[in-house]
Amino acid sequence: MSSTAIEIEDKKDLWGGGVSPMNVSYGKLMMWFFLLSDAFTFSALLITYGLIRFSHPAFDGAIDDFVFSQEYWPVPEVVFEAVPFLHGVHLPLIFVGLMTFVLILSSVTMVLAVEAGERMDRKGVEKWMLWTLLGGIAFLSCQAWEWSHFITGTDMGSKLLDGSIFHGANLTMNEYGPPNFAALFFFITGFHGFHVFSGVMLNFMVFFQAVTGKLERTGHYEMIEKVGLYWHFVDLVWVFVFTFFYLV
Amino acid sequence: MQQNTPIDVKPIDKDKVKMFLRVTLYLFVITVFEFAIAFTVPHEYKWVRIFIFVALTIVKAYYIMSEFMHLGHEKGALKMSILFPLLFVAFLLFILLFQADAIFQAVY
Repeated sequence: MSSTAIEIEDKKDLWGGGVSPMNVSYGKLMMWFFLLSDAFTFSALLITYGLIRFSHPAFDGAIDDFVFSQEYWPVPEVVFEAVPFLHGVHLPLIFVGLMTFVLILSSVTMVLAVEAGERMDRKGVEKWMLWTLLGGIAFLSCQAWEWSHFITGTDMGSKLLDGSIFHGANLTMNEYGPPNFAALFFFITGFHGFHVFSGVMLNFMVFFQAVTGKLERTGHYEMIEKVGLYWHFVDLVWVFVFTFFYLV
Repeated sequence: MQQNTPIDVKPIDKDKVKMFLRVTLYLFVITVFEFAIAFTVPHEYKWVRIFIFVALTIVKAYYIMSEFMHLGHEKGALKMSILFPLLFVAFLLFILLFQADAIFQAVY
């Protein structure tokens, strides 16, 4: 016979049929399945990047001789080398590295919010959710700067195949390399950025519910765990985007 | 009334928090190491670089999924139902990289 205490502990995990398949609640399992489908979407986008990249010639000179050209795929560390307030200084991948750490740290504060929720510690949940929100907003701001820099382009610009000089990038033309390079940049980082934006919205929603005491009255902080899964997934995807778009 | 019932706040699980901080340290160190590889291994060793980057990314993904997303501590059936379908990703990667080479050969 199970004791009353255990029954209350497990109640939130029970499904309509009175059992708890795979020992997780319905909401958490469905969040996992949603994330699995989302993982397929991101995989397809990143693999498409690989397909298009490897169907273009690669730049095969020394990295110091690299110039932007439509003839070959650009080397990412030469494209992404700008940092705010340091115009003209060559700092390859520094800014995107900073963005990576911001997102990892906001994942850590999220996991601490989940831990506080498991202990019914309302103050802890509020504190860590606030840090997580700040991390998400900081990441989005960095990405906004990154996009505007990419769209505006460099001072020199580069020569397109028809001989004209072009600065920056849009969906059909860019100074950095083959047209698809910019299109993929907008599509992949944009789709990820929209996930971060949705994550910030969800984080704010559960933060609001924690602050107003709604989650405390429910008797558990499982909502934090479910939104937390989504937030960690956003971080997980960024780890892959960082590798395949910026490092490789 | 609900608000009269005292909320039983449990003490911080120190081991758990320590484990999170340890995972954070791993993720930090691996990312710094990736930067080091990006600027020390020359671009001529393209496939060596790609292999190291992909391997380290998978290590990072393992830590995020296993500890942050708690998947490492779930039931085996749940682990399998999430990880097994991801084999399709490997399959798509395999066929599309072959296709990329075919397009490259046809165009250039």
